[in-house]
Amino acid sequence: MAMQSQTRVASGLSSRWTPYLAGVGIGVLSWIVFVVVANPIGITTSIGQIAGGVMSPIIGPEAVSTNAYWKTNVMKLDYGTLFLIGTFFGALASSLISRTFAIETIPSVWLERFGPSKAKRYTAAIVGGALAMYGARMAGGCTSGNGISQGLQLAVVGWTFLMVMFTSGLITAAIMFRTRQT
Amino acid sequence: MFPIKGEFALILAVIFGFAFGWLLQRGKVTSYNVIVNQFRFRDFTVLKVMMTAIIVGGIGVLILKDVGLAKLHIRDANMLGTIVGAAIFGVGMVLYGYCPGTGVAAVATGSVHALVGMVGMLIGAVLYAFSFSWVKANILSVWALGKVTLPQLWGVSPWVLYGALTVGAGLLFYWVEKQKK
Repeated sequence: MAMQSQTRVASGLSSRWTPYLAGVGIGVLSWIVFVVVANPIGITTSIGQIAGGVMSPIIGPEAVSTNAYWKTNVMKLDYGTLFLIGTFFGALASSLISRTFAIETIPSVWLERFGPSKAKRYTAAIVGGALAMYGARMAGGCTSGNGISQGLQLAVVGWTFLMVMFTSGLITAAIMFRTRQT
Repeated sequence: MFPIKGEFALILAVIFGFAFGWLLQRGKVTSYNVIVNQFRFRDFTVLKVMMTAIIVGGIGVLILKDVGLAKLHIRDANMLGTIVGAAIFGVGMVLYGYCPGTGVAAVATGSVHALVGMVGMLIGAVLYAFSFSWVKANILSVWALGKVTLPQLWGVSPWVLYGALTVGAGLLFYWVEKQKK
């Protein structure tokens, strides 16, 4: 196993790169996007716009277009939305080519702690996804836009986000995965 | 020539996004187990990817800025919003097991629960849009420092901070790699 994973790291198409190499790749990608399109990597702005598009048939296009947030964050195939679509297909291509694509309903770490109930896992995913998105919009960005893109520029907003997010995550994980006293 | 705008920039958006998704998957941060175990200090993959990206990206972007090829894109530091938002985000990230970017990428690797969580992300975005007027007036306006950087705030050279980050990350990861043996 160890031999296999070491030889795999050497090839660009291998299933798993050392995380440092992936980090260098994201760093170099940041150089390119700062120069070529002057548009730092980010994810949640476009998800906020898409939410407006999804709500349009439910609450009516007028209610969306007069909303204080969606008024200036209109759903369209702009740079950010196309970047998001690209992210999806990049991960898809990578997982297919490396033959690591696998349907996963309950990850092993969750299974060990909370058991095989899909309802439990899906409920946590929905609540967690909603909190992450709400928090990211309030903070001005997520791990990508705020943590990496603002963090690499040494912006106060980026480092404040990183420190608070990490602390909050540590506390949440400590509560969720505490060992039960019997 | 740069920056490129217009339709060609939209094609580039797909290519750059593709590269980002590829890198996230190769870095294994599309895995629930990897992300959640970072917050339990059982796996340091997330910090390795992020810190390397920040240091390599940051030093490169600073050089590109100094030679006039790039501009910085600093966002407003609305401190109350950033602190409350990041605190909510941290809870959400551990419950979901992904952040928004890695969640989208994880759906593409076959994670059904990441897809279910995307519904939650849309709900969160809708709730934010509905509460935006209130949040803007009562939270985003509090302790707003503007587009400020740590070097400006502390009056030090950015190179000092990148140096400190590099040494700090180097020591941390040297220790982490040593634990594995």
